[in-house]
Amino acid sequence: MTEEIIIAGFGGQGVLSMGKIMAYSGMMQDMEVSWMPSYGPEMRGGTANVNVILSDERISSPILRSFDTAIILNQQSMDKFEKSVKPGGTLIYDGNGITRHPERKDITVYRIDAAEEASKLKMQKMFNMFVLGGFMKVKPILKTEYVLKGLKKSLPERYHNLIPLNEKAIERGMEIINKV
Amino acid sequence: MEKELRLMKGNEAVAEAAIRAGADGYFGYPITPQSEILEYLMEANPQATTGMVVLQAESEVAAINMVYGGASCGKKVMTSSSSPGISLKQEGITYIAGAELPCLIVNVVRGGPGLGTIQPAQSDYFQATKGGGHGDYHLLVLAPASVQEMADFVELGFDLAFKYRNPVMILSDGAIGQMMEKVWLKPQKKRSEEILPWATTGKPATRERNIITSLDLDPGRQEHFNLKLIAKYREMEEKEVRFEEFMTDDAEYIFVAYGTSARLCQKALQLARAEGIKAGLLRPITLFPFPKKRLNELAASVKGMLAVEMSAGQMVEDVMLSVCGKTRVSHYGRMGGMIPTPEEVLENLKSFIKG
Repeated sequence: MTEEIIIAGFGGQGVLSMGKIMAYSGMMQDMEVSWMPSYGPEMRGGTANVNVILSDERISSPILRSFDTAIILNQQSMDKFEKSVKPGGTLIYDGNGITRHPERKDITVYRIDAAEEASKLKMQKMFNMFVLGGFMKVKPILKTEYVLKGLKKSLPERYHNLIPLNEKAIERGMEIINKV
Repeated sequence: MEKELRLMKGNEAVAEAAIRAGADGYFGYPITPQSEILEYLMEANPQATTGMVVLQAESEVAAINMVYGGASCGKKVMTSSSSPGISLKQEGITYIAGAELPCLIVNVVRGGPGLGTIQPAQSDYFQATKGGGHGDYHLLVLAPASVQEMADFVELGFDLAFKYRNPVMILSDGAIGQMMEKVWLKPQKKRSEEILPWATTGKPATRERNIITSLDLDPGRQEHFNLKLIAKYREMEEKEVRFEEFMTDDAEYIFVAYGTSARLCQKALQLARAEGIKAGLLRPITLFPFPKKRLNELAASVKGMLAVEMSAGQMVEDVMLSVCGKTRVSHYGRMGGMIPTPEEVLENLKSFIKG
């Protein structure tokens, strides 16, 4: 099993940290993992993306142009990465601010209104955890137990009291994701 | 610190491995995409635990000359930078090579020339392997292709630097520096307290004074010294060549690629095999000394070799020199911080096969 993922959105949405938590969780599950961020001018201009690979085998190329799953969190990223999903692959997107919805028919599209839900529950800072929950629901690769372990490993100790809230966000994310 | 599994960026792995390898000092100056090395070391503050000095110098030139000073005392010292910063260090590097001193230099390469771009590239191959500064000298050059190797090559680099009293370079790139992978870190080593016989640590009554210099105005003596250096480089070519092969046994076409490009070629190789093309990969791990002999052997059994580099074609010249015309050699590369995709590499292999 090899899952090649891109997460793309605005800086500040927790794109890179969500990728990091996925990589940590994969590591906790004894998988091979890689996390390759965009660190260039695009990141400095406000958009961010990260390639994450979770695999049972030694990972060859950590840099990819086509993906099993694309997690898309703003319109620019939709325009750029919808076409990068492999035929038969998965696209997950947050509807917030999206004016042109995914058009491809050869992939499975899921919508998760995580920004709206996070704001409703006053958990805006955990927006990315709702999205992660959605991903975990439709691609059951990472188990909650290991994601929580991954959070513990990746978060500084002073934030460990927030882990139960993160868990809640993940659970809620699993509930609010819908196939389009 | 015990052996430990962590998820780290390549840059962070270099920094942590340096502490654990018992390094005495790091001197650097920030530049993207390698600033995490200095940042990590500053935060880790190893001065308080192992006694390792970490210092942000006022410039790259100052940093490399601090390395020169520390190495003169027989200390395990290092610096790191990215392409433009490494160019600034070249004067110091040739002096260190000329003074036969050990040290470790890490170059996390970005696109050039000039200030270029902050994205990954492999366009400093010539500079790293053919000298870089003036005069007849070589660095021993290690090319990591994973975060694990970023960590492992720190200790290996120091060992080789002291074995040959020669500067060693880890030639990495922005992709390997910035990406995170699993890495096994070795247990903490104690810093060495050994006083090396050639080091300038104060003259005791029992020996002549040690002199560290790269200057000799007597042409005869200087030539004698040049010959000694050449003998050292020949010995490295005998003993230190490292490489890794993938599916070369039955391969008709071989990719030759190092670092990030080697990772892309591993994927391109899988794609090629899936289409029935008998492709293989030779990944040089040491770029100097280069795996000339092995490539020459392989040249007899394959139909061609494709060097894949993120440059205009630099390592490909060493591939050509290695195979001496025994087989076809070509190059495919992207530049300016562009990273080729495995699919793109496969397309180029196919057109190379067509001829």
